[in-house]
Amino acid sequence: MSEHTATWANVYDVRPKSDVPAESPLAWSYHDSGRPNVGANSRVVMRERAMLGHLILRGGAIVLDDVVRQVLGLPLPARPNSLSLDESGERSIQWLSPDEWLVIVPGGEECELEGTLREALGDAHYAIVNVSGGQTLLELEGDKVCELLMKSTPYDVHPMAFPVGKGVTTVFAKSSLILRRVGETRWELVLRRSFADYLYRWLLDAGEEYAIGVEA
Amino acid sequence: MFHIYCPYCEELREEEEFHPKGQAHIARPADPEACSDEEWGDYLFFRDNPRGIHHELWVHAVGCRKFFNITRHTVTYEILETYKMGEQPTITAESLANREAQGSVQVAGSGQQTVGASNASVASVKGVKA
Amino acid sequence: MNKSLKQPNRLKEGGRIDRSRKLSFTFNGKRYQGHAGDTLASALLANGVDVVNRSFKYSRPRGIVAASAEEPNALVQLGSTEAAQVPNVRATQQALFEGLVARSTNGWPSVQRDMMGMIGKLSGSLMPPGFYYKTFMAPASMWMTYEKYIRKGAGLGRSPMEPDPDIYDHLHQNCDVLVIGAGPTGLAAALTAARSGARVILCDEQEELGGSLLDSRELLDHQPAAQWVAQVLEELAGLDNVTLLPRTTANGYHDHHFVTLHERRTEHLGETASLKGGHRTARSRMHRVRAGQVLLATGAHERPLVYAGNDVPGNLLAGAVSTYIRRYGVVPGRRLVLSTTNDHAYRAALDWQDAGREVVAIVDARSAPTGDLVAQARERGIRIIDGAAVLEAKGGTRVTGARVATIDAEAFKVTGQAETLDCDTIASSGGYSPVIHLASHTGARPTWNEAILGFVPGLVKGVHAAGSARGIHDLAEGLADGVAMAARALETLGLSARAIELPQIDARHEGAACALYQVPHEKPTLRAPKQFVDLQNDVTAAAIEIATREGFESIEHVKRYTAMGFGTDQGKLGNINGMAIAARCLGKSIPEVGTTVFRPNYTPVTFGAIVGRHCRELFDPERYTALHQWHVEHGAEFEDVGQWKRPWYFPQTVNGKQETMHEAVARECLAVREKVGILDASTLGKIDIQGPDAREFLNRIYTNKWLKLEVGRARYGLMCKDDGMLMDDGTTSCLGENHFLMTTTTGGAAGVMEWLELWHQTEWPELQVYFTSVTDHWATMTVTGPEARNLLAEITDIDLSRDTFKFMDWREGKVAGVPARVFRISFTGELAYEINVQANYAMHVWKILFEHGDKYGLTPYGTETMHVLRAEKGFIIAGQDSDGSVTPEDLGMQWAVGYDKPFSWVGKRALSRSDTRRTDRKQLVGLRPKDPTVVLEEGAQIVFDPDHAIPMPMVGHVTSSYYSPTLGSGFALAVVKGGHHRMGETVYLPMANGQTHAAEIVGTIFYDRKGERQHV
Repeated sequence: MSEHTATWANVYDVRPKSDVPAESPLAWSYHDSGRPNVGANSRVVMRERAMLGHLILRGGAIVLDDVVRQVLGLPLPARPNSLSLDESGERSIQWLSPDEWLVIVPGGEECELEGTLREALGDAHYAIVNVSGGQTLLELEGDKVCELLMKSTPYDVHPMAFPVGKGVTTVFAKSSLILRRVGETRWELVLRRSFADYLYRWLLDAGEEYAIGVEA
Repeated sequence: MFHIYCPYCEELREEEEFHPKGQAHIARPADPEACSDEEWGDYLFFRDNPRGIHHELWVHAVGCRKFFNITRHTVTYEILETYKMGEQPTITAESLANREAQGSVQVAGSGQQTVGASNASVASVKGVKA
Repeated sequence: MNKSLKQPNRLKEGGRIDRSRKLSFTFNGKRYQGHAGDTLASALLANGVDVVNRSFKYSRPRGIVAASAEEPNALVQLGSTEAAQVPNVRATQQALFEGLVARSTNGWPSVQRDMMGMIGKLSGSLMPPGFYYKTFMAPASMWMTYEKYIRKGAGLGRSPMEPDPDIYDHLHQNCDVLVIGAGPTGLAAALTAARSGARVILCDEQEELGGSLLDSRELLDHQPAAQWVAQVLEELAGLDNVTLLPRTTANGYHDHHFVTLHERRTEHLGETASLKGGHRTARSRMHRVRAGQVLLATGAHERPLVYAGNDVPGNLLAGAVSTYIRRYGVVPGRRLVLSTTNDHAYRAALDWQDAGREVVAIVDARSAPTGDLVAQARERGIRIIDGAAVLEAKGGTRVTGARVATIDAEAFKVTGQAETLDCDTIASSGGYSPVIHLASHTGARPTWNEAILGFVPGLVKGVHAAGSARGIHDLAEGLADGVAMAARALETLGLSARAIELPQIDARHEGAACALYQVPHEKPTLRAPKQFVDLQNDVTAAAIEIATREGFESIEHVKRYTAMGFGTDQGKLGNINGMAIAARCLGKSIPEVGTTVFRPNYTPVTFGAIVGRHCRELFDPERYTALHQWHVEHGAEFEDVGQWKRPWYFPQTVNGKQETMHEAVARECLAVREKVGILDASTLGKIDIQGPDAREFLNRIYTNKWLKLEVGRARYGLMCKDDGMLMDDGTTSCLGENHFLMTTTTGGAAGVMEWLELWHQTEWPELQVYFTSVTDHWATMTVTGPEARNLLAEITDIDLSRDTFKFMDWREGKVAGVPARVFRISFTGELAYEINVQANYAMHVWKILFEHGDKYGLTPYGTETMHVLRAEKGFIIAGQDSDGSVTPEDLGMQWAVGYDKPFSWVGKRALSRSDTRRTDRKQLVGLRPKDPTVVLEEGAQIVFDPDHAIPMPMVGHVTSSYYSPTLGSGFALAVVKGGHHRMGETVYLPMANGQTHAAEIVGTIFYDRKGERQHV
């Protein structure tokens, strides 16, 4: 990293190298509300993908596009409300606003990625913020997911309005979250840590009639 | 509950995602210290309350977090256009009055004209920002 | 067989009921039997129950009038148990189920004899409009007493006193075309839209889709109408792009085609929803629909005629008579007189005769009625009295006769000698009023259409009325209109309509209807027996006449004075008649008088459906920190701070007794002052700021100076609005040359974030800076007290020595093995370290702190202790000690104001306005109560002279007040007029209980005035 870049911003790997117990934003929820078993009749299955690396990327699309392509191997989604995923589905980048994107990568990659991106971006005006502790990703799968979402968000989740590869920030119950469709019956929710328990309880309640189950 | 076209997300979203921020195009005086108390008071406290066309500042709070402007009819609640920061409205009370005088445009009258969910109406809303 | 189980009015055959399934139910404590497919109303009529309610004001016996949503009388209270109580259900809209229990809504203590009957009888016809206002308002002090009994006597049902066992929910829907009403027009429209590929929702408030076709005499393609309905529904049900919603009322039409549909999902099956596969399902559901285009196929309500005694049980709408006979196999009487102004109503007489009962006469207001139905009646030998109307119904709890005479409607007088016809049922029809309620919700004004003698809906763009809803009452034309209006809606959406083949219907000649609303009586309206306009609110023609005489000329005023169209009725039957009467009295035409505005909801909606899942534990989001579980497990009492749950205090059990809040807070305070305490401060707002202009931005948005803050340092800042009033405060740290971390108050976090964006996006877009919320990413633990350094030193690699890690410095390093940023910031006045770690690791760090904390007396403390400690130091809380009318100078914080900064920062200019320069502004001071045991009340008003005559001039109020265990006394912060120059003066606080406290104005810092303790 150039000295210049290093003094501009404080890049700090906040993930401990040693083996320190970590708790996802849903730790309390699992303890307090439990995890209903996934059964044969579960038409919605929920699983958390905890401890991932989440980075917020701010800047102009033209500036960022080249760098993101080069570093992440993914095109920067330039169209509003769109989402790019790599083949494994493990790394993704989502449009949040004309100058804001959410990058999600396997846990532990985020700090190095931030450094590489900063190096590549050089003098450009941009910002990268690690928000990995502040949010978690929840996957919903099943043939009743759409109906469950319709109970929860005014955003139109019909395939015509919400095709695979779309992602939006929107109202959910009395809170908000990021909603992404990654497959015909597979959706991802990005929850803010402090609202995660409320949203988890909401999903269990609204999903009760679909025998919603939570994979450990 | 309004249905508002966000010019940054380029689609209609529910009012719940937005916060209204008052009258649009209230520029902060470039040199506040040169303002008289009265001028500063006008900037701080005085706002229009028109019956008809009103330009409003909104923010897509649960969404892209961008501020933008809305041209809204305060009687019919019709949203005539939305446009980005730094842009000027294409529809104003004056322009409507002129067009009405020329008889070239049908004004909503007592009716409420709204942006619907159709592609056609989205296109017409998008059209006005060009 | 028990006599009460007989159904004397049930026909042997016919109707859409299932005679093989008998259902028993209870009404007003008596058991009856009906059939599957009945409504409660049809079952009551089948059982010959005449009186179903007492009227609202006069307590007159009332029977069933209509067959659908417009029913004004048959309001019932449902529920066999307290928890299952549902008020205000129309018996005409309640499907019968086994075990249904219902009571009349009015008529406490009983339908037969009741208190209101006494008032009604005593006052008799002396109860004019405005009666309650005029009679019970004086003496004013007694109104509360009267009101209690009037409400009990006259009220419209009651709420359950026990929790609802059911759940409810919302479903957000989006569609291209929403079709409201599934009668002939709605079905034709929905089919047209559906076949064209549009996303369609079709809803109807009735149990079955089909509307008027379910009891129609017409043949469609030479088949009974219901058969065509079945065909269309089968096709619609098979299409993916169509949602069919029976039992679903469009109750409100809101802005921009947002329509709420109330679906009653299990109300027809039982009192409470049964489990489905062992899981609870919603009893009612609110569909929150955002539609592209809306088609109103809401049909029309038949208008009753207004004549004397028209409220006696046995007076029904003509159309309702047909519906009961043809749909439910129930004839609601033996001998019928029909009073009509139009051909269509003749169906009632034909159906009546087909059911094998006697039609005494058809009384037609037209002088020479023609038309196919009229001819059909004549052919059958039914007596038709031309140019006449029913003037008066005779009878008490059931019609016993009808006085009939020829009339001159235009001159409003009776022209012939009255004849009394022996009958038990009078059906009337004064024409058909399009159901314009939903269109009216949008704010569009309806317009009077003389050709159909009714108002047609005003329409906003994107709304289309079709069929009867816009006055096209002919069946064939209504079907065609449904197709045409659907095509128009589709065209607007950019879709091309695919034509549907309409069923063939035999043409029928219909004679013109005539205009008649109130039937004249031999006596003038004011002296004639009561002629009811609005049955639900007991508004008579005389009341409207009186209102106009008393000077109420606007129909909106007449409505409010008489209560016409109020409440759950919303003027469905009475409004047009009322307007016509007002018009007659005022010598105006109906369109000149205008119509009143109909408002949501169209019919009552249960609160459950409005609330949905947003109740009980899910009423509002609860935000938790990463340490929440620890707090719960350690017995914390929680305080709501915005949506956050923050530990308020941690009561401990001492000698088997749990501490009071006072005791716990005293212990926590002393622990911090003497040893070390720990606070979960994760809820503070945290904003990451990056960019070459970050510094400049801070310099403009904060009142103080930021250009020289070095990396590794933190600074406290005040944020004002441009009116100079304090908005928020907090510390911001310099993380890198172009990188800062701002903290905000817990409650102000979202507002400050939006505030920064507002200024950046709208005023200073040229500044290169980005803001990102990191509130949830970091967990913050404040370790504070004289032992804080010793404790932290045990588990960190950061050099904590006093001269390297100074007050208002921050450092990076490991705490309990976790990378952390530690800020030496103090909100207690003691030595303090705010430890920030990635939130996923916070619990680990917190627990390790406690593992090492015992020997230092580490004590967890909550927000109450935090408040006491900060107030002892005179540290303000924005929003508690300030309220949007307080400047930094009012707070005595000139030290945090950069008057000489070159850029006119937000709030600066306002500080030199004449108002902000006043010397008598309310200023923040400390208050020391003269009696040290007194803890002043927060919000208590302050006066200078307690002996001043009331009203005393109030000069300020207490903003923060606590007991300080450190000082051993109560103390407070307050704003007082000119307070900064009144040090040492005594002020007074008169309390509601008559006591007056005295307090001395002192400085705001009560403890460690020089601020030495935080620097140690």
